[in-house]
Amino acid sequence: MGIEDRFEKSILTTSVDSVFNWARRSSLWWLQFGLACCAIEMISAAMPRYDLAERFGMLYRASPRQADLMIVSGTVTKKMAPVVRQLYDQMSEPKWVVSMGSCANIGGPFDTYAVVQGVDQVIPVDVYVPGCPPVPEALYFGILELQNKVIKYDTIAKKQGPDEAEAYREESRAEAQAELGPRR
Amino acid sequence: MDANLLSSYIFAVIVLNVLLGLMAYMTYIERKVMAAMQDRIGPNRTGPVGLLQPIADGLKLLVKEDIIPKHADRRIFLLAPLLSFVLAPVAAAVIPFGDSITVFGHEVNLYVADINVAVLYFLAIGSMGVFGIILGGYASANRYSLLGGLRAAAQVISYEIILGLSLIGVIILSGSLSLVEIVNQQSETLTIGPLQLPNWFILSQPLAFIIFLIAAVAETNRAPFDLPEAETELIGGFHTEYSGFRFSFFFLAEYISMIVISLFAATIFLGGTDGPIQDGVWWLALKACIFLFFYIWLRTTVPRFRYDQLMGLAWKVLLPLVLINILLTGFIRLWGLGML
Repeated sequence: MGIEDRFEKSILTTSVDSVFNWARRSSLWWLQFGLACCAIEMISAAMPRYDLAERFGMLYRASPRQADLMIVSGTVTKKMAPVVRQLYDQMSEPKWVVSMGSCANIGGPFDTYAVVQGVDQVIPVDVYVPGCPPVPEALYFGILELQNKVIKYDTIAKKQGPDEAEAYREESRAEAQAELGPRR
Repeated sequence: MDANLLSSYIFAVIVLNVLLGLMAYMTYIERKVMAAMQDRIGPNRTGPVGLLQPIADGLKLLVKEDIIPKHADRRIFLLAPLLSFVLAPVAAAVIPFGDSITVFGHEVNLYVADINVAVLYFLAIGSMGVFGIILGGYASANRYSLLGGLRAAAQVISYEIILGLSLIGVIILSGSLSLVEIVNQQSETLTIGPLQLPNWFILSQPLAFIIFLIAAVAETNRAPFDLPEAETELIGGFHTEYSGFRFSFFFLAEYISMIVISLFAATIFLGGTDGPIQDGVWWLALKACIFLFFYIWLRTTVPRFRYDQLMGLAWKVLLPLVLINILLTGFIRLWGLGML
């Protein structure tokens, strides 16, 4: 991935991992990108009343190359889906996705020809935040859950190898998806 | 090795390390001050009152994936961030941090080098810094990056002229290009009638000071003149395609050049290490902090300029003003204040 792998061969071991874990989770820079009304709620979460972004060390970056986290906030139309996918592909590893609101989770009320029924059909999603739109506190909770996942993923990657970590990630994604219930 | 040269080297290493440490905490202070101005809290979950935030950011950037775009001009793409990162702290070499002190019976000068063209050297290094931005923008093979690079080139060329010309007034008055000499002259006392004032050049060159301040903000590509990286139009401008620690090099360079130009402004206009009681490096630090605060203040309060407004400000407003300033200073130097 980065410089980290080069340490493996030399002396630094476990305590370094926890430092990198801590660094990754405390500086999740998110992609400055919003799709619909959930974006307004996401913005309000970053504004003075909640100050989600800065307090947890998050910054919004306009360039996907510098972002760690994509918050899909709003309805993903079929026209927008390729763009979302491209932005996800342009982000540099390690990258995480939070799906915010019912539309991004399962398509919401829009059971139409124009709307993707859940953004997880386009990109893998780590955390689903329910609500229409979710209140900022719900987004908080999602972010905190994501931080726990980041730590767990990194720890497994160190102790059991990257394949195990990917397996854990797939498993937790499938688990979260199953929680959403059946889709139309 | 010559003992003077050796002490210069050691002092250079100290200055470089202090600058790097300050730069990291400059990002923290910026985020905290901006948060306070916007009625927010700012980073407070990473370490006590968020004090470890810069370290977390730095480590995370270090272990991020390092992307080199397929169509990028590979060698230049790799060189550009290094170029801007290396050139940013080099300019600090000529800034005097105080008089000489005695360490182990050996006299050590509190500056890395006292060259007789220090002001020119500073301006030259400052304008070299933009090469990193232009090359990075060009090599990314990205439209937005290229636009950012071109904007940086035009902006820095325009404001470099203003910056240089605004210093001419000070140079006419001091008669020297050496920063050590300029600081020494400012520590004298200026007597106007009953008033006893320090001979700081902000008092004799107020117009030049204001123009220098504006040009310095533009020169370091900070808001409201951050057009090379304007997020709303150009995504990230010249660093759009940079990820991980290559991006952090650009980031570091920007903050270091901010600190260095603040030190320079404090040295040229505010008397450097000269203070009301007990001259020393703390006065320089205090004055530089005022400038740094001013930078953050500007960023939170002033919206970004449009590109034509930026150019218009440089060529139609600041350039005539600074030329008038030079003319007036020249006449006063020739015939004294009595001519007015």
